[in-house]
Amino acid sequence: MVSATDKATVDRSERSTLLSRVRGVFLRHEALRGYLLLSPTLLVMLGMMIVPLTALIILSFWTQDYFELDRTFTLANYAAIFALAEGPIDLLADPFGAFANPIYLALLLKSIEMSLSATIAVVLLAYPMAYFLAFRVTKNKLVWLILITVPFWTSYLLRVFAWKVILGYNGVINSGLMSLGLIDKPLEFLLYNPASVTITLAHAWAAFAILPIYVSLEKIDRSLLEAATDLGDGPVRRFFRVTLPLSMPGTIAATLLVFIPTVGDYVTPTLVGGTSGIMIGNIIQSLFGKANNAPLGAAVSITSMLIITLLVCAFLWLVGYGRMRRQGT
Amino acid sequence: MSKAARGDPLFVYAIVYLIFLYGPVLLLPLFSFNDSIYIAFPLKGFTFEWYRQMVQNGSLMDALQNSVKLGIVVAAISTGLGIFAAKAVTRYDLPGKGPITGLIMLPLVVPSIILGIALLVIARKFLDIQLSLYTIGAGHVLICVPFAMLVLVSRLEGFDRNLEEASFDLGESGWSTFWRVTFPLALPGIVASLLLCFTISFDEFVLAFFLAGNETTLPIFIFSQLRFPNRLPGVLALGSCILVFSFLIVTLSEWLRRRGVQPTKQGAAI
Repeated sequence: MVSATDKATVDRSERSTLLSRVRGVFLRHEALRGYLLLSPTLLVMLGMMIVPLTALIILSFWTQDYFELDRTFTLANYAAIFALAEGPIDLLADPFGAFANPIYLALLLKSIEMSLSATIAVVLLAYPMAYFLAFRVTKNKLVWLILITVPFWTSYLLRVFAWKVILGYNGVINSGLMSLGLIDKPLEFLLYNPASVTITLAHAWAAFAILPIYVSLEKIDRSLLEAATDLGDGPVRRFFRVTLPLSMPGTIAATLLVFIPTVGDYVTPTLVGGTSGIMIGNIIQSLFGKANNAPLGAAVSITSMLIITLLVCAFLWLVGYGRMRRQGT
Repeated sequence: MSKAARGDPLFVYAIVYLIFLYGPVLLLPLFSFNDSIYIAFPLKGFTFEWYRQMVQNGSLMDALQNSVKLGIVVAAISTGLGIFAAKAVTRYDLPGKGPITGLIMLPLVVPSIILGIALLVIARKFLDIQLSLYTIGAGHVLICVPFAMLVLVSRLEGFDRNLEEASFDLGESGWSTFWRVTFPLALPGIVASLLLCFTISFDEFVLAFFLAGNETTLPIFIFSQLRFPNRLPGVLALGSCILVFSFLIVTLSEWLRRRGVQPTKQGAAI
């Protein structure tokens, strides 16, 4: 008769051989250990990003029936966004006249235009600063880097609010100019229009563009620049033929890092945009809030994301980003 | 910087750029001491009134408490997840490392309103979870993990891998090597990541706006005050405190993480 303790020992030794075998597999396969280490983070990202985004896509195929959610599959929300208008249309007078509900696509186009101008401004302003950091600053580089990064981490809401204070009807610019006697009554065109949104976006995202450009400038092999000089290129020619092309990967990354999030910005248009400066984010918010049509809101979000993704891919293809990366510049 | 650099037009540009970067933000503290409810020139006089009102505001203090609690928890979880991921991608040769890192970095480029509504949809329409500080926390972890990972990857790449191998060769196990070698060397990065994640969560508005239940956070409180013109001076006082506080934390964090790290390393780009 086998005693209980003996049985337990046998069980334990069996389990320990199994355990050691599993351990052996992990020890032999380095990649497996790596994946095991990565799995908690990956699971959280899948569960909190991919699953919710999938839910958003599913929701966009449902419909809102007053207070009830109708869970039958339908393309009705997308049809509403892209539905064509009936009757004669004058495309020259109104390019969006072709659509029955032009507001969604028109607003998306307007958001893209506004964020594109802000992005161009940000990158053009950031480039000389990044150049200065990479090529001119020799001492106290850390201090300069910190000075540039710190504003980016401070409250976005407060930075946008500061612009509301600056541009407002009784704001800093108006009251300043009036107390200097330069104007008699406040300028009304400063706040609540697409331009004020663009300026605010350009300021709020300024620091985000400098670092990627700086890193790609810093990586440039200085001997290439010397070679260009030795071969007779002046500073301007050298910049356009060597420095600028080599810094393109960072500049492109900076462009996308600013462009994509600003298209969907909600805070800036809400605080400084007024009615003429609203963007697609405001429509999405109102569809999920007051308008109580979450499925249509989901469809508008998905459509916007798809169009932005297509634009980004077209842009990367146009500038030959893939080739640039393969060349390892 | 040499004397020649000071006359450089680029140096002048850099100074103007910094003024552009800091100018608008510095107006908040300036007007927070102004004795007028209008935020306008000329300045009327010096006062601490707005700061006095601020500390006596109960709902503000509740929101502050929520934000601090949330920030601490989010920073701890995100940095923890960041350490795992950063160690995995820097120390192991993983097939498919590129796409996996890309997936973890995705929240950096997806507009936060999309992340916000996606989390709102899964919570309310699919799982029937009540909105609370926990749902805001989930959203904040999502956007903090990419930053934590970037900070930690550049830190882990910054020191010599041989140190860990030497520890193994001298007979330490994987676990004690982590605690006795990797952890102390990565500590500045870990502290930097904790501080950075705390600030991100503390200042984040859009996700909190969509995912908040009855308990508000500080940015939501500020946003709700902006509709009332007579409450603006209070917002200025509160905003100034937040700015000073964030400046200190972020400066410390940036100093910790950039010290002794090659500027061209991957994580330095953010």
